[in-house]
Amino acid sequence: MKRPGLTVFPAVLLLAVASVKTASLEQGSTPARAAPRSTSLGLAAWQEIYSVMSHPRCVNCHTASDYPQQGDERHRHLFNVVRGPEGKGVPALQCATCHQSANADSTGVPGAPGWHLAPLSINWQDANENILPSSAVCKTVSDPRKNGGMDGAALVRHHQTELVKWAWKPGFRNDGTARSVPPINYEQFMAATRTWVQAGMPCPE
Amino acid sequence: MQTFKLIVNDEQKEVSADPRTPLLWVLREDLKMTGTKYGCGIASCGACTVHLGGVPTRSCVVPISLVGNRPIMTIEAISNDPVGRVVQDAWVSEDVVQCGYCQSGQIMSAVALLKAMPKPSDNDIEDSMGGNLCRCATYVRIRQAIKTAARQLG
Repeated sequence: MKRPGLTVFPAVLLLAVASVKTASLEQGSTPARAAPRSTSLGLAAWQEIYSVMSHPRCVNCHTASDYPQQGDERHRHLFNVVRGPEGKGVPALQCATCHQSANADSTGVPGAPGWHLAPLSINWQDANENILPSSAVCKTVSDPRKNGGMDGAALVRHHQTELVKWAWKPGFRNDGTARSVPPINYEQFMAATRTWVQAGMPCPE
Repeated sequence: MQTFKLIVNDEQKEVSADPRTPLLWVLREDLKMTGTKYGCGIASCGACTVHLGGVPTRSCVVPISLVGNRPIMTIEAISNDPVGRVVQDAWVSEDVVQCGYCQSGQIMSAVALLKAMPKPSDNDIEDSMGGNLCRCATYVRIRQAIKTAARQLG
């Protein structure tokens, strides 16, 4: 399967992405203005991030609907699961009714701390369950009015949560087969996130 | 095999089990508490529902290693719970049960619903109870019993 975004960037660019210093981001600062070169690096980094966000392990819980999705084909979650007022299901059918704090590989149920749906304002799909294009997802992710009030540093921290990290260790289905993972590894994802934030979170047109 | 200390219906229990064993089988096979039923084994029917740390939980898919110190409540003790008692009484007064196999899970889910939402609407009931299947199709009576219990709980 083709890896979205990877083939268009030369190796030197990936090295540049990985080498950006990030200490200030961890402490909550976001540069007010980015130089042109930084912007181009940021845009390249964003495409790396988008390749992850548009993967089923991530986008299945960033729906525009009243329910999550499952599987690489992104079917509606079985068992009549619904979103609920806080994205955690409804009283007798919560996410936690099945999903625990870790994968249950012996029974095939994935799990991580704080399992829940992203708010509707951070949807990465349209009402017909088509994944939104890179530019639209970027605008949503970078807009504090939609993303839950997160600035760049908060986005970096969000990407360091166990729930996000789960995408790279999603465990096994109940038939024993492994779930697929995003097209780049977690370290590359975090390097891209930091580069994008450092560049001022630029979005493609 | 590994030893696990559990709190089941307010009692301390100790079992020796493979960490991968689902809670359902620890309850049924090790603790001989057969009120919780095996239906599908993949969390799709709700017959195995217990309360784990107060959360209605499909015990067939939760490995015993992930239970931790969260208290477990099963159908055997639900009548000791004020809401549980009322729900069970409503189940009897509305004559809900046909074959009865799924009803342990139905009652555990209904209790969780009424604790969180004392006056559920029809939609609330459908959303919350939608994961509990009944092959006898007693759904109309289940809904009625939940409403009866809600009225009695005031």
